[in-house]
Order: sequence, then C-alpha cells, then structure tokens
Amino acid sequence: MFILSGLHTFGAYLRLMGRVFSRPERMRIFFKQCLKEMAQLGVGSIGIVLLISFFIGAVICIQIKLNIQSAWMPMWVSGYTTREIMLLEFSSSIMCLILAGKVGSNIASELGAMRTTQQIDALEIMGVNSASFLILPKIVGLVAMIPFLVIFSTTSGVIGAYATAYIGHIITPTDLTAGMQHDFTQWYFWMGAIKSLFFAFIIASVSSFYGYTVEGGSNEVGKASTNAVVSSSMLILFSDMFLTQLLS
Amino acid sequence: MIEITQLTKSFEDKQVLRGITSRFDAGMTNLIIGQSGSGKTVLMKCIVGLFSPTSGDVLYDGRSFVAMDKAARTALRREMGMIFQSAALFDSMTVLENVMFPLDMFSDMAFKDRLRRARTCLDRVGLLDAERKYPGEISGGMQKRVAIARAIVLNPVYLFCDEPNSGLDPKTSLVIDKLIHSITHEYGMTTIINTHDMNSVLGIGEHILYLYNGMAEWEGNKDQVINTDNERLSDFIFASDLLKKMRAEVTKK
Repeated sequence: MFILSGLHTFGAYLRLMGRVFSRPERMRIFFKQCLKEMAQLGVGSIGIVLLISFFIGAVICIQIKLNIQSAWMPMWVSGYTTREIMLLEFSSSIMCLILAGKVGSNIASELGAMRTTQQIDALEIMGVNSASFLILPKIVGLVAMIPFLVIFSTTSGVIGAYATAYIGHIITPTDLTAGMQHDFTQWYFWMGAIKSLFFAFIIASVSSFYGYTVEGGSNEVGKASTNAVVSSSMLILFSDMFLTQLLS
Repeated sequence: MIEITQLTKSFEDKQVLRGITSRFDAGMTNLIIGQSGSGKTVLMKCIVGLFSPTSGDVLYDGRSFVAMDKAARTALRREMGMIFQSAALFDSMTVLENVMFPLDMFSDMAFKDRLRRARTCLDRVGLLDAERKYPGEISGGMQKRVAIARAIVLNPVYLFCDEPNSGLDPKTSLVIDKLIHSITHEYGMTTIINTHDMNSVLGIGEHILYLYNGMAEWEGNKDQVINTDNERLSDFIFASDLLKKMRAEVTKK
C-alpha cells in the first residue's frame, strides 16, 4: 500500500514536471519572474546561510581543536578538517537541508494559498499554463542562486573558524591558516557546487509539487508545507549518498 | 451562445450532474441557481473546463469544448473571463497589475496601450483611484470590481461569475449585479452567473436555470419565477418570510 501510494505520488510529480518544463508564453514575463524568485528565494536566504554557517564553522573548529586534536596530530588538523567539512558536506548538503525548511515551506505555502484562493484556477481559465508560469521561475531562480549561497556559506564558515582564533583564542591564526591551506583540492569546491544544483532542484520542484496539488483549506496548506520539507529533506539526504559516491 | 447537452459528471460512484441540457444566449445574464450541493459549481467548472464532464458536450457558439485539442482549448480560454467567489486576485500584484496581467500575457499591444486599456476597465468599475493598492488593502466589494475589470480587459466573448455576491452586503451586491448586467449588454457577452442570491435572481435573471439534485428542474426568467408553480423552486426562492410576503403582495396586485 505504501509503495503504491509512493508510486502514485511520484507519477503525479512527473506529470506536473512535464507541464512545468514547457516553453514560457512570454519570455519577458518569465525573466521578470525568475529575477523575482532569485531575490525572494536566493537573496532572501543569504542572511540565514551566513549566520548558520558562521557558527557551524566556529563550532567545528572548536570541537576538533578541543575534543579530537591530540599531541600526535599536526597542529593544522583543526583548520584542515573545518575547511573540508564546510566544502564537502556542510555548505552543500546541510545548508540545503536548512534551505529545504526555509525555502521549501515558503514555496509550498505560497502555492497552496494560491490554490485555495482560486488564483491558480484563475490562471488556468485565462489560458495560462499555471504550472509552468508559477513553478519554472522558482526552479530556475533557486538553481541559479544556490552556487552563490554555497560560496557564501563556505566563506562564512571559514570566517567563523577564524573568529575562534582571533576572538576565542582556541587556536592560533597561524595553525588555522596552515590547516586551511593544507592539501587544498579545488574539485571539492566544484563537487559541493554541483551537488547543490541537484539539491536546489529537489527543494524547488518537490515543494512546488506539494503546494500546487493542495486540495482543501488552510489545514491542507499546512500539511503540504510539512510534507514539502520532509520529502525534500529525505530526497536531499538520499541523493547526497549517490552524488557523493559519483563525484568523489 | 453556450449550449450544454446531456451533461453528466460523476466522482467515482457519486453522480453529481444528471444529464443537464440548456442554452445560454449572448447579451443576456444567465443565472444558474440551486441549493447547496445541487451541482451548480460542478456544472460551472464543467462548462469552463476545470472539470471534464463524464458524458455530454459543451458547445461554445457551436464549437465542442469536449472534443477540442489542448491548443484549441487554450485559444478558446482567451475568449473567456471569469469572476471567482473569492475574487482570486493575485496577492503579489497591485490592482493595476492584476488588470493588466491578461494583456501582458496575451496581447501584443505596446505598454502605453496596455496601460490605457487597463485604466479604461478600472474606470468602468469605478476603481481608477485604487490602481496602486494591493488586493489586501481594498474591501471585498472592491476586489470583486477589480476581478470584473480583469475579466473584461481582453473583451471576452464569455463571462463566468461564480457566486459574485458571496460575502458582500446587500447594497454592494446590487452594485456588482448592476455592473455585471450592464457590462453584459454593453459587450454583448454570454454571461453565466452561479448564485444563491435571491436579489440577483429577481433583479437581473434574464434566463434562470434551476438545478435540483444534479438535474435541470426548471428554466425561465425573473418574471416567470415569481409565478412559478414548481414547488421545489418556489420553496427555494421564497424560503424567507419576507420574500413570501412580497410574493403574496405581487400576486395580489
């Protein structure tokens, strides 16, 4: 029963995506919508990304330095580990999990409210492909902005680690810098950016699916919002496993 | 003109519409009335294509909507305007942007001309001074008037109104009714209104279709409805004591 219901939902998702990926009726309006979504979903998330990444960068550095580093380890281990965690997992996967909560619920509740207040029906009656008009700019907007959020997150995490050195005096800036520069592999940055593109697609499309297909009232919009966050998070974690294996 | 022939609609094993046949003429305010659950909204949704009928046909000036392909349906939809129960204005757009939206999407007019046309329609519904406001900043009656302006901005051939007076006070309802009625005559549109409002029935009902339990129970106009001998319709229309009294007075005269 659970498998059947899952397959049914997946089929409905694919059907919706079939409608979403069609040529926009007016490119001028489409680009305008994309810019609006880039500002709302991307620029609007910069604050939370910087804040969380700063503290996580700092906390990773403190944890490694105080709880893992020992006398037989080189002094650069804390900086090195902080950089690798930020680049490989946090700034791409965990940051996207956080965004699935913020952006995913935003998308699902916005579309759900549009459905319950008949705004989507109004678009359909006018002859507008409402799925493409509403969802495609969200997908394009978030996918376009996510690499920048990854860069901001990594940078903020590194700044957080330096804060522990300069303000908290947990580690010396020299040791931290040595770690940050040790054995740097450029591909790790690209790996994080590529992974984030997939995750952004998952967040935008899955949340849109749940919001767009709402039936009922405000209670159902709330449920759709929860389903959007839970499903996006699960899919991000699931695909992270495969993408990491594939890209490593 | 819109014709519906032997229209049925079922949801799983529940039959909501049971072979409805009727004709809605152009330049007339056609009303669909009936108790809650009688199938009015489902019928309206079948006519505009939000639901696919189980059987039967909907003909727009002889063109079968059921048999149309997707492209033809999309083209036909551009000849339609619809006013929803909740007005269904786009929250993120101002009043002017809402009215301009169909023009932005479907017309090749220059920006100046689009703006002029949108302002003409807003002026027609008496809301030119509210053009910069957002839907959340105006009253329910004003929202309905904006919805009317948006519905007529592309000069539609067919206008659909789903309970346009829902949630409005009697005075504002009259304003909305008069507006829809005069616009229908002005543009020569085929207008179908789905309503519960007895003032609308007795005021602008040039053609009334009464649904009972998913079937077309009675058809006529506002003058015939007063003297109807159909008991179900009579019970529905003159449910309140006030209306019963008014009817008695009219019949006495």
